[in-house]
Amino acid sequence: MTVYTLKIDGRDVAGSEGQSIMDVAEENGIDIPGLCHLPGIHDRGACRLCVVKIGGSPRLAAACVTKIAEGMDVVAHDEELEEYRRAATEMMFLERNHVCAVCVANNHCELQDLSADLGLTHFELPRISPTVDVDLSHKLFGLDHNRCILCLRCVRVCDEIEGAHVWDVMQRGLETRIQADMGVDWGDSVTCTSCGKCVQVCPTGALFEKGRPVAAGTRDERPFLPWLRVHQEERGL
Amino acid sequence: MSQTIVIDPVTRIEGHSKITIQLDDRGEVVDAQFHVTQFRGFERITQGRPVHEMPALMARICGICPVSHLIASAKAVDDIMAVEPTPTGADLRRVINLGQIVQSNALSFFHLSSPDLLFGFDGDPAQRNILGVAAANPQLARDGIGLRKWGQQIIEWMGGKRIHPEGIVPGGVAFRLTEEVRDRILAGVPDALAATERAIAWYKSDMLRWEEEATTLGNFRSAFMALVDRQGNVDHYGGWIKVIDADGHALAEPIDPKHFNDYIGEAVEPWSYLKSTFWKPMGYPDGIYRVGPLARLNVAEKTGTPRADEELEKFRWRVGRVASSSFHYHYARLIDTLHAIEKIELLLRGPEITGPHTRSTAGINRNEGIGVSEAPRGTLMHHYKVDDDGLVEWVNLVIATGHNNMAMNRAVLQVARHYVKGDRLEESMLNRVESVIRCYDPCLSCSTHALGQMAIKIDLLAPDGRVLSQLAR
Ligand code: SF4
Ligand code: SF4
Ligand code: FES
Repeated sequence: MTVYTLKIDGRDVAGSEGQSIMDVAEENGIDIPGLCHLPGIHDRGACRLCVVKIGGSPRLAAACVTKIAEGMDVVAHDEELEEYRRAATEMMFLERNHVCAVCVANNHCELQDLSADLGLTHFELPRISPTVDVDLSHKLFGLDHNRCILCLRCVRVCDEIEGAHVWDVMQRGLETRIQADMGVDWGDSVTCTSCGKCVQVCPTGALFEKGRPVAAGTRDERPFLPWLRVHQEERGL
Repeated sequence: MSQTIVIDPVTRIEGHSKITIQLDDRGEVVDAQFHVTQFRGFERITQGRPVHEMPALMARICGICPVSHLIASAKAVDDIMAVEPTPTGADLRRVINLGQIVQSNALSFFHLSSPDLLFGFDGDPAQRNILGVAAANPQLARDGIGLRKWGQQIIEWMGGKRIHPEGIVPGGVAFRLTEEVRDRILAGVPDALAATERAIAWYKSDMLRWEEEATTLGNFRSAFMALVDRQGNVDHYGGWIKVIDADGHALAEPIDPKHFNDYIGEAVEPWSYLKSTFWKPMGYPDGIYRVGPLARLNVAEKTGTPRADEELEKFRWRVGRVASSSFHYHYARLIDTLHAIEKIELLLRGPEITGPHTRSTAGINRNEGIGVSEAPRGTLMHHYKVDDDGLVEWVNLVIATGHNNMAMNRAVLQVARHYVKGDRLEESMLNRVESVIRCYDPCLSCSTHALGQMAIKIDLLAPDGRVLSQLAR
């Protein structure tokens, strides 16, 4: 296996061929923010929060889907990138309706944590406040599109780990929604095995267990799915 | 020329309000209105949300009595799930609810009203606040602050947070009570009882000083409504709705709270966001009734706990079996508090209170649910309709301050008639209008949720109907 050496934020690091910048950064304790990346499933580059600068190029690259190369010089943190990440995060909030105070994910939400880390204290752009559906048709789980950031973790975990491939994406732009089967209510899906993996990996309160105390923020800390680790090891990552 | 006097805003009540007093040609008061100009629109906001979120959402209605909304809301969802909370869950809810009663009553009596009682209604405004109380009667202030703190701690320790607690959920409560927390709460009982009894003793010893206020501050005949238990005693959490007339006769058999709509109507006036509820059999506006601590004592046979019952007997001996003056809300609030503390102790000493079964679970088994409980300020009703998946379609909230709306207006009119002379507004009259409103301890933010209209405007009308002047906010 070829080993490459490169620099991330001025630090000399090394990784094997095929690894992403994100993986190498993680291994070296360098935190690059990202909401769609989840070890154990394939990266999709959906959230654009992990963008980094490479070797002075004006093009920003997503660290989770960019493979390392010999001699790369990566800037993962600077004022411009932070500003970019704040703006991207702000837009995630504005596209839908987030009311943390009464959200199941309050205090256990990756979007919320990220905003705190980035110092996103207020919104400058106008809110869109769209009318968005809530799907409570499934016996065990609920889907609140108001809180979905389209990270597509649910899509990937259902496909790659559970093998059921219930979720897909429909429409485009602001109308983009994840959908069950070919656009049926979740409760009517014939492919869903009710395993709950999507609920576990959702970074926000968009997917949740029904009937749990939805009193503000009582959702348990979601344990990292153990089988994701196993899968990860099998893939030799 | 007729003239309108506006007092705006009434200080030291929760939320915003405005009062208009209408004078006629001779400078006599002909009408008085207590306007509520705040609007929060919760009934609209909650549409389309999962019903399990309702308790948490409803708790946001108010930072003063969030627990009361949590309780009524959780009960409404219990009803939709068609389950009873487990006995332990129900008792834990009761304790938190009573903690809320203690802290809110303490806020009302000690922080907001005791300055008037202590310094007189015409006392120096700079002195008439809790800091002034602390200087003049340190024990009274200490007792008030201590009581409120203890009530808040109950909520915080049992519910996770002081302001918007999260432990109360459909089916019961989310967390088991640990013995450690139970004992910590119990350790505060003796001080809480002593503080309340000191305040009662002080109040009784000074009562004669407020003789004039007691006869002029909202002293009128009306019906009263409160929840009572199987024995007809005070019940802050469940039981039946009982309504009595001004002479103490029951106006109906105790009502199952689920049928409250058959008995209570809601009227909307153009000058207020606050709906006025009325006793349907008597119609609007004759069906005026009052709720809250005074109503609880008037309606119930007894409180059901020994020390409060002893005080209740003295209360009735002093002010009559059915006290009619709104001024006696203060006195009643203290006895209500005493009962709440005793009841908390009783409940916490129950053998099952730290038991593991705190919550019943179920899905959506009905499309409609009603939850009723006693909030510090009076009977609170939540009524929801949901679709088969449990998404909220319709919500109606009937709130203590709405029940009392007509009574507050009548009280303001009475005070204005008594104290407004000529076209000048004296400070003393201002103070009394404020304090009669404060008797009801209205919590306005929670009750202004009904009307889809724009903010309030005040018109000054000449006898011929010309607008002489206009005030808008
Ligand atoms: S998903 Fe996260 S950010 Fe959105 S409302 Fe819930 S807690 Fe807040
Ligand atoms: S539902 Fe959750 S996991 Fe799925 S795309 Fe939306 S935010 Fe991501
Ligand atoms: S983590 Fe790389 S794009 Fe989302």
